[in-house]
Amino acid sequence: MSTTSGVATGEFAQGKPPLDPGKRKSLHDGSGRKAAVLIAPTIVLLAIVILYPVISAVSQSFTKDAGLDPATGMFVQGGFAGVTNYKLWLLQDCGSGAFSCPPGTLGSQFWTATGVTFLFTVVAVSLETLLGFTFALVMHRKFKGRAILRASVLVPWAIPTAVTAKLWYFIFAYDGIANKILGTEILWTGDGWPPKAAIIIADTWKTAPFMALLILAGLQVIDESVYEAAKMDGATAWQRFKHITLPLVRPALMVAVLFRTLDTLRMYDLPKILTGGAGDTSTLSMLVVDQVRTGFNAASALSTLTFLIVFAVAFIFIKFLGANVTEQRAPKTKKAA
Amino acid sequence: MFGKPGTSFATRKISFTLALAATGVLALGACGGGGDSGGSADAAKGGNTTGPITYVQGKDNSGIVQPAIDKWNAAHPDQKVTLKEQTDQADQQHDDLVQNFQAKNADYDVVSVDNIWTSEFAAKGWLQPLTGDYSLDTSTLLPATVTAETYNKTLYAAPTTSDGGLLYYRKDLVPTPPKTWDEMMSMCSIAKQNGIDCYAGQYAQYEGLTVNVAEAINTFGGSILSEDGKTATLDTPEAKAGLDALVKGFQDGDIPKQATTYQEEQGRQSFEDGKLLFLRNWPYVYSLAKTDGSSTVKETFGVAPLPGATDGKTGASSLGGHAAGISVYSDHKKTAFEFIKFLQSEEIQKDWLTKGSAAPVIASLYDDPTLVQQFPYLPELKTSIENAVPRPVTPFYPAVTKAIQDNAFSALSGSKSTDAALSDMQKSVQNAISGGQ
Repeated sequence: MSTTSGVATGEFAQGKPPLDPGKRKSLHDGSGRKAAVLIAPTIVLLAIVILYPVISAVSQSFTKDAGLDPATGMFVQGGFAGVTNYKLWLLQDCGSGAFSCPPGTLGSQFWTATGVTFLFTVVAVSLETLLGFTFALVMHRKFKGRAILRASVLVPWAIPTAVTAKLWYFIFAYDGIANKILGTEILWTGDGWPPKAAIIIADTWKTAPFMALLILAGLQVIDESVYEAAKMDGATAWQRFKHITLPLVRPALMVAVLFRTLDTLRMYDLPKILTGGAGDTSTLSMLVVDQVRTGFNAASALSTLTFLIVFAVAFIFIKFLGANVTEQRAPKTKKAA
Repeated sequence: MFGKPGTSFATRKISFTLALAATGVLALGACGGGGDSGGSADAAKGGNTTGPITYVQGKDNSGIVQPAIDKWNAAHPDQKVTLKEQTDQADQQHDDLVQNFQAKNADYDVVSVDNIWTSEFAAKGWLQPLTGDYSLDTSTLLPATVTAETYNKTLYAAPTTSDGGLLYYRKDLVPTPPKTWDEMMSMCSIAKQNGIDCYAGQYAQYEGLTVNVAEAINTFGGSILSEDGKTATLDTPEAKAGLDALVKGFQDGDIPKQATTYQEEQGRQSFEDGKLLFLRNWPYVYSLAKTDGSSTVKETFGVAPLPGATDGKTGASSLGGHAAGISVYSDHKKTAFEFIKFLQSEEIQKDWLTKGSAAPVIASLYDDPTLVQQFPYLPELKTSIENAVPRPVTPFYPAVTKAIQDNAFSALSGSKSTDAALSDMQKSVQNAISGGQ
């Protein structure tokens, strides 16, 4: 479609009427060149800002980190590393075989960090979806003060994450509001489950409104008459929700869940400020930043791995999402045909 | 297009994933960028001439640096110094310096380095060794501040500010401060009688934990690294005694369990609220505890040097402080060298103390009667810094401090025994200094 319109514009721009097939072909080529020239700046820009850093990161990940020359005490370039940097993370191999990284090294934390990142993602996104859906359903109803409610629900989303994290840091302090209200003496930023719970609570508080907003947008495109028809047929509220709202809002819902999942997988600022990684709450991104300060090349390997993980999750999601979308659109196509 | 909506939609979705993923890579790729670490091959760049220079340091919160520079500029109109302020976050200052050194930026002539970064920058070949034409007279300085800036027996930066830990205590409850750790722990019954917590330092999982754990280990005669910085020395009875003292404090409740979430401020608040008998903290707490509206201990607290392991030996504080280093890429190193000497001069050191409460590096200032009158904690601070031990001097400091923090935190929060934590700490510190991974 875009090609045909391209040809049309090309001909029009050159002020020549459509001619015989031979001539037409050369014209087509000319406009193709023109298109290439027009697209070129974008391609070059993308190559500079995306392709170059990616290739550079991947190639760096196969280089050894600079080591000390024992004689001079100065750093010297590391040379080719093969897959050592990847073995450091995947096998926790600090040089003397698999799982040789002692606790306290970054290498020993890869799988813990991966686990905790996925834990945050699964729990927080589930909670956010549930809460977001509930908010959206409430905001979708017509009642007095709806505008104010909509605006106020968005407040947590509008606050910068760093500020949110600091707010919750004070709330979760030992002498903080959380312990006062609950009447407990939990060390929310200490060891064990509390720091994980603290991060999930803070993240859910912050991003449930985002979910609500995207889901609300999905709800608003559903035609009111569908509900009226269902009511006439005697469908209960639950049936209307299950058979009308849920399937029709699904595309919007899936996009919202996808966004949040990818966002949570790369979470950095919230846990960094709230717990600083205490109690095994270092996420993958925090591990990357810690490693950058110690050695760029191992950090490149880690960011490549993180990318692959995020990509795999996104891919699974899209496959799953795409299939459902196709299914839904299939009957429509038949009608159109 | 209407013919096969399913596929085209799916394809579009997939390319959407690719775009999203690419954005992710972009962000990650940016982290991995610029892995070039100069090394010794880069020595002898820039120039040994005079001329205008730039002094780079973290945000000057007390406003004492610009006045000093103005003074310099008035006296040296043809060698003007410009101040470049970084953020007030130490990590960001570090990363900013690294980036500018990697870019061989000649505009960063004199840089202020936290004493834990000096050996890293030195080993990367970014700091001008202070030898030959640049030899510095360090005889008037507190020795620990010089050790902290010395890597491979070479001085790489000129100490400009110092800092040491102090023991804050409630003189209404404890008339004479404890001299030893055991004495202090035995006084915890007084805290119990008064229904308050006994002792706290900084035990949250961050740099402060390294400071406190290193203090405990050094106080009990242990060390983290050997003198040449090439071996970890944590598998000793002394190191165990040090870490054990803290672990036992937590087990007995003499150190409250919430102290594993304490940074400097939480401890200070607890002490100012009258809920803590002893507090290990930096000198900045002194004036706040005296003047804060919410402080309930204004007239009832005192300061003492940190308690030692045995009588007659003061505790070994970890050393804080900054130094000024000359970038090897500077074109005007002669001016730069004169300027760092100026920052170390008695005049500026005195100014910075009186106007910004910055602990000086010149030993004699601590005995100046007028200064002591204004800052009554100076004699104790001098004792503290005289007995201070720099945190491990190694180019692999970030990995070393991480190894200490993670394992010490497990020990203090009770999820690991002292022995297991120390043995893991020994292995991970050794791993850190022998490769950087």
